[in-house]
Amino acid sequence: MAEIARREPALEGRACQGQGISLSPAAPASRLSLRAPEASLAGLSQALSLDLPRRPKSSATKGPRAALWLGPDEWLVIDEEEADLAAICAAVPALHSAVDISHRNVGILVSGARAEEVLNSGCPQDLSSRAFPVGAASRTVFGKAEIVLWRTGEEAFRVECWRSFSDYVFSFLEAAARETS
Amino acid sequence: MLLIYCPYCEEERPELEFRHAGEAHIARPANIAEISDEEFERYFFIRSNPKGITFERWRHVHGCGRFFNAARDTVSDRFLATYKAGEPKPDLSGKGAKT
Amino acid sequence: MTQPFRIPAAGRLDPQKVVRFTFDGKSYTGLEGDTLASALLAHGVHLVGRSFKYHRPRGILSAGAEEPNALVGIRRDEARRTPNVRATVQELYDGLTAVSQNRWPSLAFDVGAASSLAAPLLSAGFYYKTFMWPKAAWERLYEPAIRRAAGLGVAPHRPDPDRYSNRFAHCDVLIIGGGVAGLSAALAASDAGARVILADEQAVPGGTLRFEAGAVIDGMPGWEWALAAAAELRSRPNVRLLNRTTGFGYYAQNMLGLVERLTDHLATPVPDAPRERLWQVRAKRVVLATGAIERHMVFPDNDRPGIMLASAARAYLNHFGVAVGSRIAVYTAEDSAYAAAIDLRKRGVEVPAIIDLRQDPRGPHVEEARSLGIEVLAGCMVVATEGWLRLRRVCIASGEGWRRDIEADALLTCSGWTPAVHLFSQSRGRLAFDPETQRFLPGQYAQDAASVGACNGTTGLAPTVAEALKAGADAAREAGAGAGGARNIDAHSGDAWSAGFLGDAPAAGRMAFVDFQNDVTAKDIRQAVREGMRSIEHVKRFTTTGMATDQGKTSNPHGLAIAARMLGKPIPEVGLTTFRPPYTPVTFGALAGHSRGKLFEPTRRTPIHPWAESQGAVFEDVGQWKRAWYFPRSGEDMHAAVARECRTVREAAGIFDASTLGKIEVVGPDAARFLDLIYTNSWAKLGVGRCRYGIMLREDGFIYDDGVVGRLAEDRFHVTTTTGGAARVLHHMEDYLQTEFPELKVWPTSVTEQWAVIAVQGPRSRDIIAPLVEGVDISDTAMPHMSVREGRVCGVPARLFRVSFTGERGFEINVPADYGRAVWEAVWAEGQKHGACAYGTEAMHVLRAEKGFIIVGQDTDGTVTPGDAGLSWAVAKNKPDFVGIRGLRRPDLVGSGRKQLVGLKTTDRRKVLEEGAQIVADPNQPVPMKMLGHVTSSYWSENCGHSIALALVQDGRERDGERLFVPMPDGAVEVEVTATVFFDELGERLHG
Ligand SMILES: [Zn+2]
Repeated sequence: MAEIARREPALEGRACQGQGISLSPAAPASRLSLRAPEASLAGLSQALSLDLPRRPKSSATKGPRAALWLGPDEWLVIDEEEADLAAICAAVPALHSAVDISHRNVGILVSGARAEEVLNSGCPQDLSSRAFPVGAASRTVFGKAEIVLWRTGEEAFRVECWRSFSDYVFSFLEAAARETS
Repeated sequence: MLLIYCPYCEEERPELEFRHAGEAHIARPANIAEISDEEFERYFFIRSNPKGITFERWRHVHGCGRFFNAARDTVSDRFLATYKAGEPKPDLSGKGAKT
Repeated sequence: MTQPFRIPAAGRLDPQKVVRFTFDGKSYTGLEGDTLASALLAHGVHLVGRSFKYHRPRGILSAGAEEPNALVGIRRDEARRTPNVRATVQELYDGLTAVSQNRWPSLAFDVGAASSLAAPLLSAGFYYKTFMWPKAAWERLYEPAIRRAAGLGVAPHRPDPDRYSNRFAHCDVLIIGGGVAGLSAALAASDAGARVILADEQAVPGGTLRFEAGAVIDGMPGWEWALAAAAELRSRPNVRLLNRTTGFGYYAQNMLGLVERLTDHLATPVPDAPRERLWQVRAKRVVLATGAIERHMVFPDNDRPGIMLASAARAYLNHFGVAVGSRIAVYTAEDSAYAAAIDLRKRGVEVPAIIDLRQDPRGPHVEEARSLGIEVLAGCMVVATEGWLRLRRVCIASGEGWRRDIEADALLTCSGWTPAVHLFSQSRGRLAFDPETQRFLPGQYAQDAASVGACNGTTGLAPTVAEALKAGADAAREAGAGAGGARNIDAHSGDAWSAGFLGDAPAAGRMAFVDFQNDVTAKDIRQAVREGMRSIEHVKRFTTTGMATDQGKTSNPHGLAIAARMLGKPIPEVGLTTFRPPYTPVTFGALAGHSRGKLFEPTRRTPIHPWAESQGAVFEDVGQWKRAWYFPRSGEDMHAAVARECRTVREAAGIFDASTLGKIEVVGPDAARFLDLIYTNSWAKLGVGRCRYGIMLREDGFIYDDGVVGRLAEDRFHVTTTTGGAARVLHHMEDYLQTEFPELKVWPTSVTEQWAVIAVQGPRSRDIIAPLVEGVDISDTAMPHMSVREGRVCGVPARLFRVSFTGERGFEINVPADYGRAVWEAVWAEGQKHGACAYGTEAMHVLRAEKGFIIVGQDTDGTVTPGDAGLSWAVAKNKPDFVGIRGLRRPDLVGSGRKQLVGLKTTDRRKVLEEGAQIVADPNQPVPMKMLGHVTSSYWSENCGHSIALALVQDGRERDGERLFVPMPDGAVEVEVTATVFFDELGERLHG
């Protein structure tokens, strides 16, 4: 039997600490791109043990699992304990599409008093807590890359981007984090 | 950079998140295989390109991913209304649009 | 070193804080807080540059951003040489090195000034008329010569080492300008709790309070009030006060561009600080408090060093403690200039006369000037000035006819104030001409903005403050913030303002400059009108007035008035030139921000990239991706490496990183129905575990993308696209699903980056992967060509495809991306046992061309149908609908004469054609020849032993065996038309 291949996450070993800002890659997590019509949400929510949010720019969290509203029929489900989300959804008979994207995305944690302004170096949305409160989540852009941005705390965000864009996104965040004045 | 109201996200978002997607309210004929050359020409090639109010498709491609429609004044570059795909053209009276 | 023109008691700078700098190699001292201009003036240095066209000696005109003359180069080091810096805004720092521009060999003796003698030849429109003919001479002769003579500054030759930054920001109220109006508006708006951004271009806010000596606000001298107000604003959490920040552009929907200068004033810039930061601010309400710009008087020889704006002299005196001369005359048509004379006289400077163009100037300022012993010459004009490198004498004439010369080393001029409506105008607001005060003022607003103070035509301190407070409070309320307390600010000032004067003052003479920076005189503007220019837009382009980097801030109203007078029309009928961003020059660095070097755009790398790099692979760019192009071994050039890779794949096996291939998972009960609509092929009957090559069209019938699709389950397909097509195919699918076929229950999801893809191709491919695969029978019978299985490879979940883009037996192993490198290395280790090599995209291209497989985008160009490409077999004949079905039936697409894909073999088998080369039937026909088509792909084929090419040729398939020609610069190449398959025509190797 073949040996189990070693996992080599993108951004392995990268980190950045600055005044009022901290950047680090998120630990590997399981992720699902979930597409479903309104009628299926109850069944899927039950299977996933969280209420799939129906409000734009919002998220729902339960323990290590979160569901981010990306569009009216689209959610990004993240499980930090790497539960087999695809298998969970496969058991739901209601109409949906569940696609495993655990390796497609890379998570970057951005935290600190300057988190908002560092993200605003490349993200054109209003990230003040009035417009983008804790729990808010949105697909948007950061520089020339597409990201999903999720505010997990007053001074904490999670950025999700595609794997091959992670070096660009992380490096851009580092450049903005380096600014001291 | 324009601000565009996404009818699915229910808020204004920066233009950088959107992509223009051509003229709106041009339905693909259900019997497309049977239409005449002239009908196909009208469907595929002919566009109105007006000075004034234009109806166009946009996609919130780096947002909710939805295609939607917009009424925009090509003179002032102002969006007069945005509405979900499949909805009829909105009533623009009182929007101060010039045609 | 002493600073002879520094007046110890005047100004606000600390005489103990001495700063050293050099100008044109000579050492000087200044004080902390000086600008380069104020420090030079402290030494009596007025001559700082030469003019653009006539190379006339020029001095410092202003004390601000409107400066047209005092442009210098600032040099920090070899890479940091900034040309065209306005000395009036460059803050002094210890060690600053400045050089004058536009002179050779020296500022005082400039050869180019001879062109001043030739000035009659260089009149308006001269360039347009003179250098028209012959055409070739423009490029070779005229342009280089003109550029050398007329250059403005020297650009550095090295890349800019500084960093630049970008910030998107949102606020309730954005205020541009930190003078008394802007500060008051910011206080009122922030009182109400609004999120406020206040941008001011100076190091310290305060605006004209820098020089308005008589201003008293809230019981404090104006300047002290400004400092206190700024400190209060800074202490508020809802206010962001940006110093050294220019609002340069006003765009749609209250989006403004600001540029913040962070290090240009520092002797030793902080290493991590960006030099500049671009702010893209979206404001609910905008308050413009941009002030007004003083205009000079237009009279003969009004450009000599020593002639400057009255308010500038006042700023140099009251703020910097510098007298701009020892004997200073004033020439004015407006009240405010009197204050400059009075302030100077009170500091003991000789002021021989105020020459007032008006017949009967009156008011307390006139009385005060007289009482200080200053002679007021009413109804008089300056007819000439003397002094080459510095003003020496002012020649005056009265209306009654007498003449008189006054010795003076400086002459302050003022013809009035122009409201700074630039940003208002950029916002698409409509300007309205006020005939009484002869000014353009904000009229109808196009955006949610207000103007306050001098930019709104409001004069006087108290009215300005009242207007600004109201506007600030209104803006906060309209933006949704609460109502603030009713703030009152008591303000009064002794300064007098009046309407002033537009155009050139009455006096004969040639060199009466309207636009200093572009050397445009009143005479040039008259000539433009005489030659038929009627609109100010035409006058502007003919004379270049207002087209220099200062955009005519001091000069435009004069030019307009002169043209209007010539045309006998009111000013508004002649028009106003459009104000365009940027208000002041903005560096490319600020606009680029972080987008340079590594961050210029995303560089996408596969999980296997580091391995390829460690093997010395050469990479090529494919869109944003880096792909391994070929893997040279020592001593191999590209040709040898590619030949070896191609041979090895067919003799043993090759391993290829196909991770960049677009991948879309199409899931849902209607997945097959959807693919039936999107592809030309039929999908309903494709069994689970089987694959099919599919072609996707646009509605016009032309090929859009292609790829292999595998069916994983009844309701789940794994679709592959071209590397470059991944994003647009997903967009295309979503478009049809959302808008044309919304009833279909199916969703596409991009999984391009979920899977690393390792292609193993060649006769030994199965032997190589066999030890690594679990749970899948990969024998030919169990897993034939074009099938897909899910199992494990190297212990991780995998999708294994039996597919081939080489014509050999082949597999593509898909594993989750983080495992890509480890699995690749395991495959590589197995491959070594079987003589396999790694191959790159070039070998991949050759191998597929040997088999006649097309690459969409290389062998197709958006005008190629499946029939043209020889792929009619992939178009279902009996489907009722698919995207492109009607387009394909258009008469032009089914008629004869289509360009069809064929193979080409060169008669000289070693000759490799150039891709893109044209194909003709007869190379000896006269030019223009009739083109039959072009070469789309061309390679040396080691496996065939001759060159191979694919080409689109008119009626190509009917020409099989025909001899055609590819004309090249060194002679036509003879080719033979063949089928597109060059190797293993029967396709036996796929299974063997
Ligand atoms: Zn949206």
